[in-house]
Amino acid sequence: MASGQRVSSFNARRVRNDIPQLTRQVHGRTITYLDSGASSLQPRAVIDAMSTYYRLRHANVHRGVYQTANEATEAYEDARAAVGRFIGAPAPADEIVFTKNTTESINLIAKVWGSANLGPGDTVLVTEMEHHANIVPWFQLREATGVDVRFIPVGDDYRLDLTNLDELLRGVKLVSVTGMSNVLGTKNNVRQLADAAHGVGALIAVDGAQSVSHGPVDVTNLDIDFLAFSGHKMLGPTGIGVLWTRQSVLDPMGPFLGGGGMIADVRLDGFTPAKGVARFEAGTPPIAEAVGLHAAVRYLEGLGMDNVAAHERSLTEDALTRLEEAFDERIRVIGPPTVIDRGGVISLDVEGVHPHDVAQVLDEFGVCVRPGHHCAKPLMRRFHLAATARASFGPYSLSDDTTVLIEALEHALKMFG
Amino acid sequence: MSNLEDLYREIILDHYRSPRNRGELATPPAHKVEGFNPLCGDEVTVYLDVEDGVLKDIKMTGHGCSISQSSSSLMSAAVKGKSLDDVQETITTFKELMTASGASADEETGAKNLRSLGELAALAGVVKFPVRIKCATLAWNTLQQGLTEISA
Repeated sequence: MASGQRVSSFNARRVRNDIPQLTRQVHGRTITYLDSGASSLQPRAVIDAMSTYYRLRHANVHRGVYQTANEATEAYEDARAAVGRFIGAPAPADEIVFTKNTTESINLIAKVWGSANLGPGDTVLVTEMEHHANIVPWFQLREATGVDVRFIPVGDDYRLDLTNLDELLRGVKLVSVTGMSNVLGTKNNVRQLADAAHGVGALIAVDGAQSVSHGPVDVTNLDIDFLAFSGHKMLGPTGIGVLWTRQSVLDPMGPFLGGGGMIADVRLDGFTPAKGVARFEAGTPPIAEAVGLHAAVRYLEGLGMDNVAAHERSLTEDALTRLEEAFDERIRVIGPPTVIDRGGVISLDVEGVHPHDVAQVLDEFGVCVRPGHHCAKPLMRRFHLAATARASFGPYSLSDDTTVLIEALEHALKMFG
Repeated sequence: MSNLEDLYREIILDHYRSPRNRGELATPPAHKVEGFNPLCGDEVTVYLDVEDGVLKDIKMTGHGCSISQSSSSLMSAAVKGKSLDDVQETITTFKELMTASGASADEETGAKNLRSLGELAALAGVVKFPVRIKCATLAWNTLQQGLTEISA
């Protein structure tokens, strides 16, 4: 991570000025964007990089010999290496597979590594706080191979209950866990889980959709085997996701989808898959999106991920304090009450007001939050909730956003009270 | 806040806070039918007691947002005691109200429809919030399904 060596140049107001969408007016008010957990907004640097690519440099990759085709290939492969360096990959250019999103990355693990390595008698250990993207692929694998799927429970403190971890790890071949809950904001101790998984000879996959964009993530320090994340949650474009896999695990893995670009040879009697990461990237890849993601990585490195984490921690602390002061028990935060091992995702249960109605009233104030089950229905059931209204921060968020949020929540309570 | 007041009329908030015809009916003789909105988790269960072509009684349970819950309550009040033909007509009129074409129908028909709907007309503002239309129609689709099952 480059952030450690950099002199802090972080200034949230300057970041905000880099995001064109944050100047938008909605219902006569400037937008208050508190939905970065669902998707982040893009700085001009990302939009401009993609625009320049389409205006001057577009060509398909890995095929042509002409100048712009070379440039496009170089840009695409540069992005791969940059993303690898960003997460501390030991072999950045050889361990990063570009996918569509985090969901596809986890599906790739399940469908390629899982179906080759897991079967009846084996267990995948996930947690009760996972997004459906880290549950359903394992259930599908269970249907296909007979592997068992087991859950680490979540305690009343909104954290993983690791009391019976040794027992839960029995027969486990893969632990697949989120770095940070998209509902609770809880950050899991990934290194501890990695050590526990490796202790029983299992591998560990991390859903980094929330964690990679909000603080430093280093796969070497965490000692994990797979990391899945999305471009659009880290200031980059939609349509591109990332799967990092430790090279020793990646090398024996078979191909994913079949088609052009993933083969070494095709004959009338069969095919030979390509070597390297190409065998997981059939068809024309998201080239412009890779260029945009590269720009997002550069932008985040410029901010420094430690600075981003510190900024969001102080915003979260400020918001938790002010929400409690303003609403006491009328609004309950579904997640850890302090900022220790906690990110900037604040799920709200507003007394007497359904989350959809909360979000509707907030929209009238230009405030963007997300109502619903956040694709984590097992977790919602665990806390007897059908839905919450979730506010989430990004590097461009300011304490002013919380002020508008509180004003709008007061209106919602008054309306429905 | 004019938009919001259009959506959350006082009648809607009143039915949300004090829903009418809340509860269950013994099945049989009553017919039970469930409706779900998988995207937002809203649920409604409708109990229908039909005798001699008349909807003698209706009760409902469920949970969800103010629009889905008040729409169920308003619906139950509007159809209880009506002949099945009249119930069907009310369903049709309400669902027209919830489509863009219903909202932009010629003024005379529109005004007549609104009058015939009585308190239900309070839900007319929902059509301006496309995401919420499915909240308002959940109970109605469930009722429709129940009537279809009864006549089958």
